[in-house]
Amino acid sequence: MELESISQLLVYTAIAVYALAFLLFALDIVSHGSNVKAEAEAVRAKRKSLVGAGGAHIDADAGEPAAVSVPAEAARDTLVKPRKPRRNWLRAGFAITVMAWLLHLGGAVLRGIAAERVPWANMYEFALTGVVLVVAVFIFAQFWNDLRFLGVYITAMATLFLGAATVNYYVPISPLPPALQSAWLVVHVFVATLAIGFLAISSGLSIVQLIRHRFKNNGFVSTLPGADTLETVAYRLAVVGFLFWSFTLIAGAIWAHQSWGRYWGWDTKEVWTFIIWVVYAGYLHARSTRGWRGTASAVLNLIGFGTILFNYAVVNVYFEGLHAYSGL
Amino acid sequence: MSRPSSEQQPPENRQLASSDDGASAGDPLRPDDHVDASPKKRTAPKNPELGFFGWLRWAWRQLTSMRTAILLLLLLALAAVPGSIVPQEMSNPNGVIQVREENPELLWLYDAFQLHHVFESYWFSAIYILLFVSLIGCIVPRIKHHLKALRTPPPKVPARLGRLPGFTVIEGDADDLDGAQKTLKKLGYRTRRTDAGVSAERGYLKETGNLVFHVLMVVLLVAVAVGNGWGFKGQRLVFEGYSYANTLSSWDLYQPGRFFDESDLPEYSFQLNDLDVEYETDNMDAFGMPTDFTGHVTITDRDGSYDDEIKVNAPLYVHGSYLFLLSNGYAPVITVEDEEGNVVFDEPVPFLAQDDQLTSLGVIKLPDGLEEQVGLRGFFYPTAAETETGALASAYPDLFQPVMTLEVYTGDLGLDEGVPRNVYMLDTEDMTQIAGRDAENETLVLAPGDSVDLPGGMGTVSLDGVVRYAVIDIQADPMNHVALVSAVALFGGLMLALLVPRRRVWVKATPKGLEIAGLARGEDPGLEKAVQDLAERLARERGPADPAGEEPDAEESASGEAQTEQQEHEPDAPEEKE
Repeated sequence: MELESISQLLVYTAIAVYALAFLLFALDIVSHGSNVKAEAEAVRAKRKSLVGAGGAHIDADAGEPAAVSVPAEAARDTLVKPRKPRRNWLRAGFAITVMAWLLHLGGAVLRGIAAERVPWANMYEFALTGVVLVVAVFIFAQFWNDLRFLGVYITAMATLFLGAATVNYYVPISPLPPALQSAWLVVHVFVATLAIGFLAISSGLSIVQLIRHRFKNNGFVSTLPGADTLETVAYRLAVVGFLFWSFTLIAGAIWAHQSWGRYWGWDTKEVWTFIIWVVYAGYLHARSTRGWRGTASAVLNLIGFGTILFNYAVVNVYFEGLHAYSGL
Repeated sequence: MSRPSSEQQPPENRQLASSDDGASAGDPLRPDDHVDASPKKRTAPKNPELGFFGWLRWAWRQLTSMRTAILLLLLLALAAVPGSIVPQEMSNPNGVIQVREENPELLWLYDAFQLHHVFESYWFSAIYILLFVSLIGCIVPRIKHHLKALRTPPPKVPARLGRLPGFTVIEGDADDLDGAQKTLKKLGYRTRRTDAGVSAERGYLKETGNLVFHVLMVVLLVAVAVGNGWGFKGQRLVFEGYSYANTLSSWDLYQPGRFFDESDLPEYSFQLNDLDVEYETDNMDAFGMPTDFTGHVTITDRDGSYDDEIKVNAPLYVHGSYLFLLSNGYAPVITVEDEEGNVVFDEPVPFLAQDDQLTSLGVIKLPDGLEEQVGLRGFFYPTAAETETGALASAYPDLFQPVMTLEVYTGDLGLDEGVPRNVYMLDTEDMTQIAGRDAENETLVLAPGDSVDLPGGMGTVSLDGVVRYAVIDIQADPMNHVALVSAVALFGGLMLALLVPRRRVWVKATPKGLEIAGLARGEDPGLEKAVQDLAERLARERGPADPAGEEPDAEESASGEAQTEQQEHEPDAPEEKE
């Protein structure tokens, strides 16, 4: 069997395994959510009895959300602490995600070996490597903070994007056209992909932040880290993503100068790289401005990630421009 | 009142400097760059009669506020969108022609809003100029403030440290303050010793980087503008084996910057000796795909001549300007003679590629020399093959079986009205086809070396050979390097601004022991850990007989010693309870 087909097979398998991981993460949300509810009930009942014994002055509190959030409080203080009872669905989901990622990584590496070049020279390969990096950031972030609650978002994204790219954008391996034969292909495109990895995780945190803010005491949601913590972590990831994106922009300009004779010419892809950069710059400024923290900056972060997705899925395919290497 | 207060005002909160002066500037517990979890209600302006200068100042303050900056940034992003949807004259001139032909009802819209020149339009310019004015209005006071801060020692120890982040008490007294100061210095803090304790601050580079970044944004903008004004761009189609002088008239397309002086064009000539193209032959999925273009050139200047190479992605630098290989194609070398054998036309004619196999379309206009005006239009097939329908097509982009077909028209070429005509298009409205699909005579078919008669005995056409041509772009931008250096330095500044934490730390001797606390200046998620680490380190260093070698042990005992009175100040807690 040829390497190219083995790569494809690995990718198909990875898609299926990602889907399985998604299912497990979803099961975790359902089961853990109900656990938390039961726990909260128990706490409330206990309080009621305590109140009955000790005096009536906090009776009014008993049915209030404040009481329900007691078990959640502890969980939110640090992101690192795993909750008991042991969340087996979550652990399984994460393990399966790692497995899917290894298959996926194998698929990408084999594709590169088969093509004798970096595996990110057309739309399909860009999605292939891009999703590898998104999931990689998710997996390796665990050494820093427990972000497994994003599992359902990340695996859904991985399944969908990889599936859609395989179905719609698959092209057989072809050599690099002269325009792409440059060391900058390795640097510029890889760093762009890495930036997207960080910004994807950051966007997930902002979504959770908004949910957290909106539904404070709904079973599973209350076990998530607090909105402020989520915002801080999202910001830190976005900072890294933004730095990588800035690098992409500058490296792209240097390459454009070599390849097209000008460092900036408002090619459609350049326009969108610029738009993405400016939106994230707005987000970073908003984060440090009174009245723009919280929901407003989270929404900006999501708009930023929206522009990235638009840039990939719409601009590449439907807009005319010099970056026409999709191979479609 | 506004300027001094805004200098007090934190870098990160430049917005509305005046509204909460009292709260932030005076109270040490509400540091100037403290960000409230919930925004304070702004008090309405107390004095409605601002007067002219008052309004001016108000407008200036609005413009330089962070909120305006954010809105302008978002507006800028939004304003760039049409530039990617509507073809731009600068990046896609053919698209402009096409979209205007296809949507005549939208022409007014394109023109009214300069939609083919979005990035030079008045509205786009207005946004970025406002943004840059706002930026300059913001950074100038901040530069002053930062220069002052660089020369000023850290602020005194606040009266009560208890409510500040990372508040910790370890054993110790005033005698330990000197040691603490030394340790803080070692850690890179700038320190200040008072009777009460030690004040320390680090991370000045954060603001330095931030300011460098923003200043360089302005430099970059200026470099781009100057580069456009004093540079020039040109384009020229060159045939293999031909030489070209670097003069204005030899450029097909020439766009000098507004201030470019034509006499600055360096004197040299450029000859394309060969254009080598390699094709993929192993991978059947990409069979015939070009994998390399290399132009072998000779440059001749006053000092002599030398050979060089020009490739895609590897421009050629000649006397201050760059030459770029943009595209290429085939140019059949065509000779036309009249009935008496006088040469009417003899030159290579560039044909434009129509597909990946380089089936190419070309036009020859012969206004003079023959009985009538004659137009020839036809295809060139580098490797001609017959399709099922009997038509010709090219099966491979290299020259294996070159064939040229020509249809012949006579009549009015439309060149006499002085209207500029596209050299690649033949306007056949006033012409009659005398050879071709719609005429009695068949289309002329020529292989290299062939010579065929024109219908009606007008003369002959011969295909003498085929050369390749290359389209070369030339570009000179005197600010290229300035732009590059600022972009790279700008990235460095951005890294410092985003990654270096800026924080203050205080160590204070009290009867209870040494109180330690920190304060973030800007985003600083690692603050508490840093303060805790410092506390442990100070406690360890104080420990009388700690052997330096046994770090882990020392650490353990130290953490036992340090009675960390961590406050219940989890930032989320208050908000969560809402």
